[in-house]
Amino acid sequence: MRHGACVAVEPGWRANAVTRRFVETSLAGNPMETTQATRPDASLIGDQRPPRSDGPVPRASPPPSAMRRTQMERSNQALVSALGWFSIGLGLAQLVAPRAVSRVSGADPHPMLMRAVGLRELACGVGLLSGRAPEEFLWARVAGDAMDLAMLGTTLARRGTHAGAIASTTAVAGVMALDVYAANSVRRQGLPDETSRDRTVYVEKTLAVNRPPQECYAMWRQFENFPRFMAFLDSVTPTSETRSHWVARAPGGAKIEWDAEITNDQPGRLIAWRSVDEADVQHAGVVRFEPGREGRGTWVRVEIQYLPPGGVIGATLARMTNQAPAEAIEEDIRRFKRLVETGEVPTIEGQPHGRRSLFYGLLRKGRA
Amino acid sequence: MKANCWYGIQDVRVDEVPDPKILNPRDAIVRITSTAVCGSDLHLYDGYIPTMVSGDILGHEFMGEVVEVGPGVKNLRVGDRVVVPFPIACGACYFCEREEFSLCENSNPNAWMAEKMFGHSAAGIFGYSHLTGGYAGGQAEYARVPFADVGPFKIENGLDDEQVLFLSDILPTGWMAAENAEIEPGDTVAVWGAGPVGQFAMMSARVLGAGRIIAIDRFPERLAMARRNAGAETIDYEEVHVLEALSEMTAGRGPDSCIDAVGMEAHSHGMQYGYDKVKQLMKLETERPIALREAILAVRSGGTVSVPGVYGGLADKLPLGAFMNKALTLKTGQTHVHRYMRPLLERIERGEIDPTAIITHRMSLDDAPRAYDMFLHKEEGCVKCVLKT
Repeated sequence: MRHGACVAVEPGWRANAVTRRFVETSLAGNPMETTQATRPDASLIGDQRPPRSDGPVPRASPPPSAMRRTQMERSNQALVSALGWFSIGLGLAQLVAPRAVSRVSGADPHPMLMRAVGLRELACGVGLLSGRAPEEFLWARVAGDAMDLAMLGTTLARRGTHAGAIASTTAVAGVMALDVYAANSVRRQGLPDETSRDRTVYVEKTLAVNRPPQECYAMWRQFENFPRFMAFLDSVTPTSETRSHWVARAPGGAKIEWDAEITNDQPGRLIAWRSVDEADVQHAGVVRFEPGREGRGTWVRVEIQYLPPGGVIGATLARMTNQAPAEAIEEDIRRFKRLVETGEVPTIEGQPHGRRSLFYGLLRKGRA
Repeated sequence: MKANCWYGIQDVRVDEVPDPKILNPRDAIVRITSTAVCGSDLHLYDGYIPTMVSGDILGHEFMGEVVEVGPGVKNLRVGDRVVVPFPIACGACYFCEREEFSLCENSNPNAWMAEKMFGHSAAGIFGYSHLTGGYAGGQAEYARVPFADVGPFKIENGLDDEQVLFLSDILPTGWMAAENAEIEPGDTVAVWGAGPVGQFAMMSARVLGAGRIIAIDRFPERLAMARRNAGAETIDYEEVHVLEALSEMTAGRGPDSCIDAVGMEAHSHGMQYGYDKVKQLMKLETERPIALREAILAVRSGGTVSVPGVYGGLADKLPLGAFMNKALTLKTGQTHVHRYMRPLLERIERGEIDPTAIITHRMSLDDAPRAYDMFLHKEEGCVKCVLKT
C-alpha cells in the first residue's frame, strides 16, 4: 500500500520510483537477490536519491497526470472492493437461502444450481477482496453475469413477462456493465499498491517538528522509544549497537517478533533500518531530519514499509477489520512529533465519562 | 464525582462518574469551585456540533483548586487557586510559540478527525466534542487538566471566583473579538448578539477607544444590559430592518467594524430564516449564518468583520461578492485565552472591566440541566449562569 504523497506537507516529495521498486523487490524476497552484498537495503532509499545539500533543495512536483492517476487508482480500488463485498453478500444469500433468492429474482427454483452460483459469487468476492489478480476476478464476474443472464433468459422465454425476472435481468445487466467498466479501468489504470501483487505497505510522510534535527534524531535513535509512538509495537529492545529485537501485535492479537538492524546512521541527519534476512517479518524504514525552512525546527521525512504479517489472510483480515496500515503509521509519526515537542503524547484514554452508547466504539475505531 | 453529561439533543444530566486521574506527566487535577454554561455549549445542547457522544462530560469555563499535579508540572502546587483556559495548549509547538494557543498542534488527540473536516486541526478543547479532542469538561466536581504547566492561571490576589471565572473563555473571547475588529479611536462598532461574549466585546471595544457601539439583539433585557455596561446604542431586529437602521445611524457609510457574536444558530425572521432552518434540518448546511451575512453587508467598504461566534461546518449564501468588492477584512478564531489572562486580570483589578456585570443566575452544579434549558430559552432574562459545586 502506498500512501502519503498527497497528505505530506510537501506533496511534491515522493520516493524515487525505481528505488522504491528496488526496495520492495528486496522486501518481497526476490530469490535473485539473496546475499547481503548484492541485495539493496533500506538505506538505498536514501543513497540512490539525488544528493541533498544541507539547505532547502528545490524539488519537482509530480506531473498533474500522476496525481490524477493516483485518484483514479483509488476510485478503482473502491469499486473493486464494493463489487467484492457485493459478490460475498449475494453468494452467501444464494448459499443459505437459495429458494428465497429464486423467488425474489424470478429465476427457476433449482436450489442446487443456485448454491453453485452462490459458490461462484463467493469465490469471486474473496478473490477481489484479497487484492490478488483483481482484473482476472473481474472478468470472471463478467463471465458469471453472462451465465446468469442466459439462465434468466431461458426463464423469461418460458414463463413470459415475469416481473421479478425482468427486474433481475435489468439488475444483472447493470451490474455486468459495472463489472466490464471496472475490469477495463483496472487494466488501463491499475490499482494502488494496496492490492498489487506483493501487498507491501509503503508510507511516506513529512511532518514539521518544532525541535532541532539533532533532538529529533536522538529521540528516534533510541529504538526502545518506538513503542511510545508506534501503536502496533509492544517493545523494541536493543541487542547490540546496531541490532534490536521487535515485538508487535498482529491483527487479531497474535504476537510477532523479529530482529532489525540499522543499515545507515548519520547522526542528526538520517537513520535507516530493516529487518534482518532471517526474520519472518519484512520491514524497513528510513527517516531523515532536515533543517526546517528559515532555520525553524525540523522537517522529519519518514518512509516506512512492511509486508503485513499473516500473509494474504492477515492482510485481508486487516482490511476487513478496518485497520488501515497507512493511516496508522501516519498517526505514529504524529505521535513522534508530539513526544519530541511536548515530552508526552496527549490522550483521553482513562478519563471519566457518563454512560456510553454503541456509537462511541464506532467513533474510536476510526483510528487506533 | 458529579458531572454534567451529554446524552443527546437537549438531554444533559448530572451523573455520578469516576474521579479523573493523572494520565500524563504534565497533567493536573483541579477541584472545581465555579463553572459556567457558555453560549457555545448550547450548540452542543442543540446537537449542531458533530462527534458528540453520549456520556461526554460538558463544560469549558471553570476554575478551582489544584489537588494533584503530575511529575512534569513544576509551576503549580497543591492548593493553588487557578482559572483554566478553555483551549488546551502544549506551549511548545509552532503555534504556541507564536502565542496562537488555540491553534496548538499537539493537544488534540483526535487531530485526524478535525483534519478531515477542516484541513488542519486546532487545539483540543475541554468538553467540546471529539472533533476537538473529546476531553472531559469542567461542569463537574473535578477535572483533569492536560499541559497544566502552560494553561492554568494562578489567582493570588483574593478576587472572588465570579470576578475571575470568565477569564477562562468569554472575557478573553470578547476582548479578542474587539481586538480583531481593528478599532481605531472614535470608530463605530456594530455587534450582533448581546449575549455574554457580545457584552464583553462591547465593553472591550469601549476600552479600546470605540466612539460608538451599536448592539443588535431581540431581547430587551440584553439590549438594556449593553446600554448599561458599554453605553451602546441598540437595535431590536424584531422591530427594525437592521441594514437600513445601521445605514441610517452612520449617514450611509456603515459601521467601521462589525462583530458577529452570534454564530451558527442565528435567529431571524422571514424568508432567509426559513431557508436556513430548512437546509440545516436537512443537513444541507450546518450553520444559519444570518448574522455573518448581515455583518458583511452592513460594514463599511474597507472595514473589518470580526467573528467570535462559533461555526462548525458549512454555510450557504455568504455574500462573497460584497466581501471581495468592498475590500473587507475577516478575522476570526477560537480565542488564544492564555495570551489575554494576565492583561485582562489587571484590567479587572483596575476596575476597567467588571465581569460580574453579566451574571444573572447563580445555581448549583446539580441544577445544570435546568440552567441549560433556561439559557437556551432565555427564560427569566438569563444572560449568564454560574454553577457552584
